[in-house]
Amino acid sequence: MADTTYREAIREAIREAMRRDERVFLMGEDVGPYGGAFGVSLGLLEEFGPERIRDTPLSESAFVGAGIGAALGGMRPIVEVMTVNFSLLALDQIINNAATLLHMSGGQFAVPLVIRMTTGAGRQLAAQHSHSLEGWYAHIPGLRILAPATVADARGMLWPALRCPDPVLIFEYGGLYNASGELDGGAAVDIDTAAVRRPGSDVTIIGYGGTLSTSLTAADRLADDGIDAEVVDLRTLRPLDDATLLDSVRRTHRAVIVDEGWRSGSLSAEISARITEQAFYDLDAPVARVCSAEVPIPYARHMEQAALPQPAGVVAAVRAALGRSDG
Amino acid sequence: MAKGDRTKAGGGGTAPPEPEFVQLLTPDGERVAHPDYTVDFTDEEYRGLYRDLVIVRKLDAEATALQRQGELGIWASLLGQEAAQVGSGRALREQDMAFPTYREHGVLYCRGIDPIMPLGLFRGVNQGGWDPNAFKFNMYTIVIGAQTLHATGYAMGITKDGRVGGGDGEAVIAYFGDGASSQGDVNEAFVWASVFNAPIVFFCQNNQYAISEPIERQTRVPLYQRAAGFGFPGLRVDGNDVLASYAVTRAALDAARQGQGPSLIEAYTYRMGAHTTSDDPTRYRIASELDAWQAKDPIKRVRAFLDKQQLADEAFFAEVDAQAQREATHLRERVLSMPNPHPEQLFDNVYPHGSPLLDAERAEFADYLASFEGSAN
Ligand SMILES: Cc1ncc(C[n+]2csc(CCOP(=O)(O)OP(=O)(O)O)c2C)c(N)n1
Repeated sequence: MADTTYREAIREAIREAMRRDERVFLMGEDVGPYGGAFGVSLGLLEEFGPERIRDTPLSESAFVGAGIGAALGGMRPIVEVMTVNFSLLALDQIINNAATLLHMSGGQFAVPLVIRMTTGAGRQLAAQHSHSLEGWYAHIPGLRILAPATVADARGMLWPALRCPDPVLIFEYGGLYNASGELDGGAAVDIDTAAVRRPGSDVTIIGYGGTLSTSLTAADRLADDGIDAEVVDLRTLRPLDDATLLDSVRRTHRAVIVDEGWRSGSLSAEISARITEQAFYDLDAPVARVCSAEVPIPYARHMEQAALPQPAGVVAAVRAALGRSDG
Repeated sequence: MAKGDRTKAGGGGTAPPEPEFVQLLTPDGERVAHPDYTVDFTDEEYRGLYRDLVIVRKLDAEATALQRQGELGIWASLLGQEAAQVGSGRALREQDMAFPTYREHGVLYCRGIDPIMPLGLFRGVNQGGWDPNAFKFNMYTIVIGAQTLHATGYAMGITKDGRVGGGDGEAVIAYFGDGASSQGDVNEAFVWASVFNAPIVFFCQNNQYAISEPIERQTRVPLYQRAAGFGFPGLRVDGNDVLASYAVTRAALDAARQGQGPSLIEAYTYRMGAHTTSDDPTRYRIASELDAWQAKDPIKRVRAFLDKQQLADEAFFAEVDAQAQREATHLRERVLSMPNPHPEQLFDNVYPHGSPLLDAERAEFADYLASFEGSAN
């Protein structure tokens, strides 16, 4: 089985969706001849033409809003926002419109819109281009938030997202586009559940998107030390799959959450609260969190790396949860 | 525009095949007359503009080279846009305030800012480092269009302070690109500037591309014509003509400083290089287009003009080249010796006086760093 990159997997998913459903089209900045800011749509213009692979004027609010309109009109738009950072110019369309129209119309209009965007730091793009705001979007009722961390999820999440009546935001982690993995068949995956990526018995490490690999690396290092960590990949940030999380924590009795978002008012705070609300008496240690430093993400490489969650920080948090002091 | 050019703003209808614009110097270096605009430079000033253009291009090329060698994170080259930037930059009076994008290295140079400053920014060793108030040149803006609103608010502020009116009044210039013209922020800035009669010049460098997207993706009418709908004058200038760029900007700024309100200048130019060093323009544009614009090069025509008018000789051109080379070499040396910031600085400048959470994180980080001290490697 040949390896596929995360980027190719998303491209393949778009291609498949476009072939399967006439109503699907892609629009955004530079998605045409350029193939998208991250090369995801390279080659699709040649195959599907400019009506279905649409370069738009440079206006995030407009292409997200127009995507809502197209979805209301019966289409299945995929809107590419270059990065989460620029989705801030479309917040009203996403939060105040897409997320509420079902409710405001008394259930008459769903908004089957898919918005894809790149998220995350670590590529020396400075504070205004390095946000991880997916947890923030996960605050909003009416939205479904997906965070593929594997090539299989990158390949398999789009089709169910397009079939889903909700507005779905897919957060592609920027540092993963070149990552490769095996893809067997490229079947659609579910967009409801979390997944145990590595079974273990001593502690549950919870990550998603870019922090899944951080968590797995930490788990490998811990294994060298005789600590058997379970790693859970959230996959869907809203609605959260409490059952998988709690089942894991009830078995391991310890939880460490790894999130590139900031700690204050975050998704990691929400998960921590759910665990303490529902599994408090199963815990042997307080829930721990490894998040980004509460600063605008620095540009200088050494400072940026210091500001982001790293395997060493996860290892230290796990060891502390297990009461192992570092000697 | 300063001279009642309002009638021109709305004209046209569909885009003309060949752009009509204010031009004072042809690509061949012929000085041509225009009914509304002229310049009155001394020989020394003409030579000075040439010197600016050459140096600005050379420093920019050095920055691109430094990025290619891994010494800068990214660089957005101004190649091809030197005349629009030097012309408008030199048209600013000392008291005028400029709001740039990320590409205005030429304007920055004209404002007297050490060209090392943006390189420090893109090397990641500081946040730019110049004092916007001292140099009357604001921070680089990376979120497309945001600075046009800041500039509008600033212009409203100086009006409120009574610093507008008369020949020594102040004015503001907001730089942005053709792509930015599609953003809501930019259009809202136009509305505000118009309604509040703000002393601002919107200076759009139409370099024909927003990353890969050609201008046709942003507009069906020439951009300058949009001004009419907002109720202020707009005009197009040959952005590869430093004299015309100077003349129209000077007039627009002077109108603004005297209280005549906003205007829009579309500097018609071309981005000769990549969007940034992360881009490969061969993916979306053809070589012949580049060749056509090469013939309209902003520096070549000034050189031809100086030559024809016998304002400069070979020795002068050689001396300018030598100076540019010296400055570029000096710039490179200084960039390479810039110290890396101490990692703890990542906690600076989030709040002016810190915060309990931040202070705790900083202390924890300091302990962590200290734990390596004394250990080999
Ligand atoms: C709000 C926002 N959306 C998207 C981007 C990504 N981006 C950076 S530069 C650019 C194109 C800008 O084109 P233009 O305004 O013509 O200026 P130019 O780069 O050509 O000087 C885009 C889309 C951004 N920085 N900000």
